Amino acid sequence: MLTESQIERYSRHIILKEVGGKGQQKLLDGKVLIIGAGGLGAPVALYLAAAGVGTIGIADADDVDLSNLQRQVIHFTADIGKPKVESAREKIEAINPDVKVITYKEWVTAANISGIIADYDFVIDGTDNFAAKFLINDACVLAGKPYSHGGILQFVGQTITVLPGHSPCYRCLFPQPPPKDAIPTCSQAGVIGVLPGVIGSIQATEAIKFLLGKGRLLAGRILMYDALEMRFRDVEIKRNSNCPICGEHPSITELKDELDAMTVCGLKES
Amino acid sequence: MNISINGKETILAEYCARTVDSLLEELDVSQRLYVTVELNGEILDRPAYETTPVKEGDVIEFLYFMGGGNAPFAQSLR
Repeated sequence: MLTESQIERYSRHIILKEVGGKGQQKLLDGKVLIIGAGGLGAPVALYLAAAGVGTIGIADADDVDLSNLQRQVIHFTADIGKPKVESAREKIEAINPDVKVITYKEWVTAANISGIIADYDFVIDGTDNFAAKFLINDACVLAGKPYSHGGILQFVGQTITVLPGHSPCYRCLFPQPPPKDAIPTCSQAGVIGVLPGVIGSIQATEAIKFLLGKGRLLAGRILMYDALEMRFRDVEIKRNSNCPICGEHPSITELKDELDAMTVCGLKES
Repeated sequence: MNISINGKETILAEYCARTVDSLLEELDVSQRLYVTVELNGEILDRPAYETTPVKEGDVIEFLYFMGGGNAPFAQSLR
């Protein structure tokens, strides 16, 4: 049952026929894990907190760095040097004390990811490297865990929602990660700061719709955004019968780390 | 020959038979070696690029790797 304070707090949700008190309770009962407390993870965390998602997990081994502040809007100048998960937790709790925050100050790896995702209803990929993106895909597909994939590059972004066994997964589109020797340093690629804000907000929207059971998810569609053209397109995609993990003859049946593809973007050069 | 590329109607000169692979080269598509091609709603296997013809009315989408502030491909997508 919602308290009077919650009825007031979530009144703009409750008025919506797609939400109501019942839908708000679903959000409060919901558990979403955000992997990566950076450009994509920041808006996701802020909006899921505001929406009253009752349990928000957040995983990131990194500390807040000055160069993060151009786009990672959950972290402030005073947070520089603090673990990102702590900085994120503080802001989530300040927005909404109804939210229970569980932090994982560690990188997701083949050894730990299955245990971390297990208790959540929905997972958000907010990572910035392909090793993590493929690992998250594989872990969620093998566990049957719905998740949102997001990727950004300079002025463009894309996102799909994966319902394992029902809709295409990341490997249906990209069977293998790009080669490791093609990876330059973070500072070479660049990204317009607000871009992950747009894609991350869309990912948060998908998580909320999933918990509510309303609307049409980006499952079987890829949404592409070009900020310079200010254009959104969505393209239908199908499950790939040759997908190495969810196809008819999977070659991937267990998790492994693509160690050479992992980068140290954001970590201090030592 | 009229085809649709990334949602845009495109007219290609009809002087040669094209394959998906030759089209990638002709258009100087970004991430040439790694781009995913969806042809008429189906994701193509990479080995098939060289043998799959491009025909009148084909609907082609190029899907690119986007990894984050950490993306391996620094050039703007074409």
